[in-house]
Amino acid sequence: MEESRSRLYQGNEACVEGAIAAGMRFFAGYPITPSTEIAELCSVRLPQVGGTFIQMEDEIASMAAVCGASLAGLKAMTATSGPGFSLKQENIGFAAEAEIPCVIVNVQRVGPSTGMPTSPAQGDLMQARWGRHGDQEIVVLSPAYVDEVYSLTIEAFNIAEELRTPVILLMDEVVGHLREKVTLPKPGDLVIKDRKKPVPGSRYLPYAPGEGEDGDVPPLAAFGDGFRFHVTGLTHGPDGFPTNSPSVGEPQIKRINSKISSRREKLCKAEELFTEDADILVVSFGSSARSAKKAVKDLRAVGVKVGLLRLITLWPFPEHVIQRIAAGKLKAVIVPEMNLGQLAREVRRCLDGRAPVIGVNRVAGKLIEPADVIRAVQEVK
Amino acid sequence: MGSDLTKYLRVEKLPHIWCAGCGHGIVTQAIVRAIDELGLDPAKVTIVSGIGCSSRAPGYMNFDTLHTTHGRAIAFATGVKLARPELKVIVITGDGDAAAIGGNHLIHAARRNIDLTVVCYNNSIYGMTSGQYSPVTPLGSFASTAPYGMVERPFDLCELVMGAGGTFVARSTTYHARHLTNVIKQAIQHKGFSFVDALSQCPTYFGRRNNMKDALAMLNWYKENAVSRDDWAKMPPAERGSKFPIGVFRDEEAPEYCETYRKVIEKAMEEVGAK
Amino acid sequence: MAVEARPWDVKINSNWCKQCGLCVAFCPRGVLKLGDDGRPVVVDIARCTGCLLCEMHCPDFAIAVKRSE
Repeated sequence: MEESRSRLYQGNEACVEGAIAAGMRFFAGYPITPSTEIAELCSVRLPQVGGTFIQMEDEIASMAAVCGASLAGLKAMTATSGPGFSLKQENIGFAAEAEIPCVIVNVQRVGPSTGMPTSPAQGDLMQARWGRHGDQEIVVLSPAYVDEVYSLTIEAFNIAEELRTPVILLMDEVVGHLREKVTLPKPGDLVIKDRKKPVPGSRYLPYAPGEGEDGDVPPLAAFGDGFRFHVTGLTHGPDGFPTNSPSVGEPQIKRINSKISSRREKLCKAEELFTEDADILVVSFGSSARSAKKAVKDLRAVGVKVGLLRLITLWPFPEHVIQRIAAGKLKAVIVPEMNLGQLAREVRRCLDGRAPVIGVNRVAGKLIEPADVIRAVQEVK
Repeated sequence: MGSDLTKYLRVEKLPHIWCAGCGHGIVTQAIVRAIDELGLDPAKVTIVSGIGCSSRAPGYMNFDTLHTTHGRAIAFATGVKLARPELKVIVITGDGDAAAIGGNHLIHAARRNIDLTVVCYNNSIYGMTSGQYSPVTPLGSFASTAPYGMVERPFDLCELVMGAGGTFVARSTTYHARHLTNVIKQAIQHKGFSFVDALSQCPTYFGRRNNMKDALAMLNWYKENAVSRDDWAKMPPAERGSKFPIGVFRDEEAPEYCETYRKVIEKAMEEVGAK
Repeated sequence: MAVEARPWDVKINSNWCKQCGLCVAFCPRGVLKLGDDGRPVVVDIARCTGCLLCEMHCPDFAIAVKRSE
């Protein structure tokens, strides 16, 4: 009798199991509610699979160690919450500039500042995209269900490895602490991607674009493989060495942006419900989207033509999906989120005036409830 | 340097950016000479640096090299070392990079006794940003941000690292180039956290503001003020003045972090395997 | 029978040398002198003992001291 593959996992636990399934073998972190279980479980599980866990002296060091381990050839991850996420920004920027595959998990809590450490929020949406100085794109995924935490963590690593980029898994305290059933995939079913490696003995240019569809993502050697290559956060040329020349620097800066923005549609993951004939659209993500789904189903049951768009990929922002749904002449778009309207701002930008965007906002740790969404929909004239 | 040593350099990147007479080239040469004399496999040496004049060194050195963010070289290096313990990981940092913004990582890496060799190019100033004082700038000396003289009591980096548990701690200077090479060799060979405080002259900023008109004057100052560790111990504090000790202050064994963690992995895999 | 010690050869890479003068200052035997253009010049190779003080104190990696072939 085949051993059962269903598990009851906490969200944070599903993240660790997904990461290990994806091949993650290095975790560096620092205790911070509500993400600490991820560190604790990594400290137990990683040595069991030959991996390494370390609790660093602060979040800055954790992000630095993750970059170092990835450059030495391991799939590496860190996990934190708001205050730690703020501290990690500079080294996340280094990972974007030096094109280092890694995954950063942010289990959001009420901010700003220390806020409410044990209460959920979604107020880091813009920080996840714009938290670093200078122009760089980044991929941000957001699960709403525990089984999705598992699969999205694997997806995050696959994207990180395929595009040589940091990927942020933006969770919130509810999804992180919730326990739900997860059905583990059969071992053969898992699609695991690994970074392209240079051909041994070849002259290796760690930042030189190549041919072909993925030519804009150079192969990445590992320290100790004998390539003796240079990695720096200074603007650099194809050989990885610093440059102050605009003609050398510009292509590099533009490439680390376009390698993500040009794949917006391919990277886009979203769940749509009744959007084909909706005249009111609800757009949400993470745990708020669970309440929104319940509201949409209840309203549809009484004949209201409302649809749900649950964003799973937050960045690069899925403008094309919103514009496609909005083409059908929407009366209004409702955006429930546990912040003061960060997602709504993006939705307004995409709609460009074609439909009014109404926020349903909570900031102090209270969850958005289906009734909140229902009321907003009913108030649409 | 002859071709036997320039093979460890990225000669196509030279001449380097350091000012004429700056000591950083002397320290860099000492590291390269140490690596050569130890016969290390260059493919298994990774050099990690932070930000500042010192930290441009890896760009000229023909190894796997990682030029990180200000103050964080040791934290990046910890990740490299843990991921691939068989690599020899050398950190090049400056006095500001290591002991100001990077102080937290310096003391924790020392406490953990992870097998890293940290060479601090100590010029007592922030050179890259043209002359601000650092945590080791001597009391009363001048800097662009200490126009009335340094008012803060400076660290003794060796005492600091020993206080944090570093198991190999030494100091030398660019005047004592052969001695500097030897202590770097010992540091590299040491299993555990090793720290070398390498005093390196900055004629452009520290020298000019502190009436040492050129590199030679600064090197002579090192010569006049450096005292062997044993003579220092016998010297009554009143006589010390601006003098400072050089040599190996601590060389002791303690469990090395990667080796200890290796046992954790073996134990955990055994228990899982047994189940 | 005193073995005739092979003489030393001191080569200076003028592309890398930034004329800081340290080599001349450290040479204990007066082998090196600063030329009129401020560049170090080997003026008396016969006195060189191969002590490497010039090479080791050159911040620019610009001096190579070798046994001549």
